[in-house]
Amino acid sequence: MQRQVALIKQSLFDQKIIIRTQMEKYMQGYLDEQFVELEELQDDANPNFVEEVATLYFKDSARLISNIEQALERGSFDFNRLDNYMHQFKGSSTSIGASKVKTECTMFREYCRVGNAEGCLRTFKQLKKEHATLRKKLEQYFQASK
Amino acid sequence: MEKGFSPVGLRVLVVDDDPTWLKILEKMLKKCSYEVTTCGLAREALRLLRERKDGFDIVISDVNMPDMDGFKLLEHVGLELDLPVIMMSVDGETSRVMKGVQHGACDYLLKPIRMKELKIIWQHVLRKKLQEVRDIEGCCYDGGADWFTQGQFLGGGEDVSFGKKRKDFDFEKKLFQDESDQSSSSKKARVVWSYELHQKFVNAVNQIGCDHKAGPKKILDLMNIPWLTRENVASHLQKYRLYLSRLEKGKEIKCYSGGVKNMDSPPKDAEINSGHQSPGKSSSYAFLKATETDPKQLASASVSDPTSDIHMPQKAKKTRIGFDPPISSGVFGSLLPWNDVPDPLESKPPILYENSFLQQQPLPSQSSYVANSAPSLMQEEMKPSYVNPDEFLMPQNKNSTVILQDMDLSAPFSSNATSNTESIPGSLNWELPEAHHSGSLDTDLDFTWLHGEHFFANSGLQNFQFQDYSNSSSTSLLSELPPHLWYGNDRLPDPDEYTLMVDQGLFIS
Repeated sequence: MQRQVALIKQSLFDQKIIIRTQMEKYMQGYLDEQFVELEELQDDANPNFVEEVATLYFKDSARLISNIEQALERGSFDFNRLDNYMHQFKGSSTSIGASKVKTECTMFREYCRVGNAEGCLRTFKQLKKEHATLRKKLEQYFQASK
Repeated sequence: MEKGFSPVGLRVLVVDDDPTWLKILEKMLKKCSYEVTTCGLAREALRLLRERKDGFDIVISDVNMPDMDGFKLLEHVGLELDLPVIMMSVDGETSRVMKGVQHGACDYLLKPIRMKELKIIWQHVLRKKLQEVRDIEGCCYDGGADWFTQGQFLGGGEDVSFGKKRKDFDFEKKLFQDESDQSSSSKKARVVWSYELHQKFVNAVNQIGCDHKAGPKKILDLMNIPWLTRENVASHLQKYRLYLSRLEKGKEIKCYSGGVKNMDSPPKDAEINSGHQSPGKSSSYAFLKATETDPKQLASASVSDPTSDIHMPQKAKKTRIGFDPPISSGVFGSLLPWNDVPDPLESKPPILYENSFLQQQPLPSQSSYVANSAPSLMQEEMKPSYVNPDEFLMPQNKNSTVILQDMDLSAPFSSNATSNTESIPGSLNWELPEAHHSGSLDTDLDFTWLHGEHFFANSGLQNFQFQDYSNSSSTSLLSELPPHLWYGNDRLPDPDEYTLMVDQGLFIS
């Protein structure tokens, strides 16, 4: 009897691992442990916590991106201001563990620091791309987990 | 520590402009069994804190916020409310962290923040409380009476068994209440050290003699106020002492950031001043703070709507009168009406003050007012204020005249009235006790100028005093006052010699 219980338990466990691994593979590189932390926060009181957070993030980050875009379009390259915006954006991105996006943010800030406008533009483009990709992936992720 | 210090139910205020983080932190903190309140704006946070003076145990704030620098918020909170503050940022650069420490943050967290980091933030609350106890212990000793020993204190937990040697160890009791009290939220009602109360306190201290010998028990006995506990006195005494020691240090600094400067206090203010230290500080600080939050508003429109800003300071003041000497003496310097703030502006000179107070100075108006009104206003304010700090504050809504009118015009000062005209500072000072300045009570003061000057509304009165009336040129004093009086209005007229009416002003809070 005990053995049966153990087996059942084991199988359940394995299943969980399998699912998780798949998800992880899917999201690999795009999200870091922060995301896992968020998942751990999810509970009965907030069953859709992670999705809510992600939604909030994308809403807010869209706003930040547009701010940066406007600032860049102006062409005047106020690096201080850009850095400020990016700081905000980076902080926001750490909230869900968007690691690739975060990397781009760091690079952007570095370009700001040295006053490299072209680098900024390039990085920003990449950043937007990563951001869009992440968004799509997460949407799919949440769809799948429903 | 009413709960015998258990981290459960710790009341946390989280301030962050990032909505995503706010949501996450809220969830995390809830999972730690804390009681969480979130806030997206620093100003809003300050308002909340001031409204519920004893409503929070700890504040967690982001460093970068659009409406106010996190460090400024930190300063305010530390000075006004003496709450532990934890800073957060995605940026872990040494200089930033150092800045946080310098501004008084008790911890600095890097984003992304993990649950495990939040689980132990209660240690900062406990530590602070212990420090308070230790400070009190250090400062106040009752002629040999023993305070509870720290070890016992620590070992307390719910069980209040410190080896108290004194019978009525209110203090201890308050710190550790029985489990049955655990449900209540912690805070014991804070004593509002009104001007009068502070006066009594100072008198008692002086009566006893060298304040080094004065212990809370003796002072309490002398004061003869039934509802006051030794603990209240002890903590106030501690602040008073700290204030005094700061005075020693910074005598030369007269002008603190132009902000609330303590008006010259007449010699006899010394004592008073010392006593007022905390209250004044707090109140003035509160004022400052208030302005801080909305300096522009204050600056520009003296008439501006007091409610928002004013409220803040007032409340803040009221609730917490004694806050420990501010980190930046400068700030306090201005605030302390009691005396010229001796403390040089140490740490960051109150940013508040600088901008806020100074600006306003010359309020266009009514110089005449200043002369007259100042005294009278002061008086009025003073009077009521001391008696009931809330009164002062109350008017806020009323704007303008209201306040003054409400005040008891029969200024106590009448005696001194005259003197003030020129040295408005004097009169304005709240100092009722000194009333030297009081100058003529000009009840007829045309409060009109007050109209719109909310500052009276708030306890602007208090601010008044800080202003340097002496600059009689400071016509604007009065005019200026309003806005800055408010608490932290920026405009404090020349700091030069603010009489420290401090007590009044300060306590008004």
